[in-house]
Amino acid sequence: MTAPGDRAAALDGNAMAGDLREIFAVDVTSARFMCAGCTHTDAVATLMLWHQAPGLVARCPNCDDVVMRVVRAPDRVYLDLRGSVRLEVPLEGS
Amino acid sequence: MGIISRGFGGRRRESVPGLPPGQYLTHDFPVLSAGPTPRIPLDRWRFTVTTETGDQKSWNWTEFQALPADDVTVDIHCVTKWSKLGTTWRGVSLDTLLADVESAADYTMVHSFGGYTTNVPMEDLLDGKAWVAYKFDGEDLEPEHGGPARLLIPHLYFWKSAKWVNGVQLMTEDDPGFWEAAGYHMYGDPWREQRYQGD
Repeated sequence: MTAPGDRAAALDGNAMAGDLREIFAVDVTSARFMCAGCTHTDAVATLMLWHQAPGLVARCPNCDDVVMRVVRAPDRVYLDLRGSVRLEVPLEGS
Repeated sequence: MGIISRGFGGRRRESVPGLPPGQYLTHDFPVLSAGPTPRIPLDRWRFTVTTETGDQKSWNWTEFQALPADDVTVDIHCVTKWSKLGTTWRGVSLDTLLADVESAADYTMVHSFGGYTTNVPMEDLLDGKAWVAYKFDGEDLEPEHGGPARLLIPHLYFWKSAKWVNGVQLMTEDDPGFWEAAGYHMYGDPWREQRYQGD
């Protein structure tokens, strides 16, 4: 029940790089997520990002389920990963 | 310079007495969304109240439109800090939708098409404080603003006024909804600036 044009407003996961860099020492946008809804796996950079909201909402490009949520308070950042089965982070130099 | 700035700030607040702390006034109607806008055909629309024992009561669009409706003018306050004063809506009071429901629940989870959820205490839905609204400013509610119908609960931050609402689950214990689970406040009173967990 989603019109095709409705998905056009979404950025992709690359736009989360700055927020995620504050939490992780690695560039998480190059890590691979596994969607808890459909087990689709790809780079975090490929997630569809909804940013005109009270937080960042990153949805699976395969099933639209929410994979990650980032909420910024003045002195804290909340990262909700319940929509991710796992993150696969490549190690430097391996 | 500082004295002049405080003076301007003071005058601005005086001219907008309905503005909660930390909010600014807007005259347009920003669209915030956590996902794709669902397009719900009216013949597939349904609103369902589910009690803590699993009993259900529901209305299709035709039945819902036949319920008594209120015209209300209220101020709305988004947690992203914009407020819009004197907005006009038409909707069915939750007092009407919950009138014949047998329940001892103190909490509710509001559900929407598209999967959005938000938790609201039962007492905040009752006594003329909340509506399922289907008209804004005299017109059918546009999908971008939550149409065909959205919750309208103006005394809490507007993320509680769930767009594309399709039901209320009554609960005996409080559970966080979509934004509450990601760090936003469980209650969300704009006059107490309850934006995030711990505020």
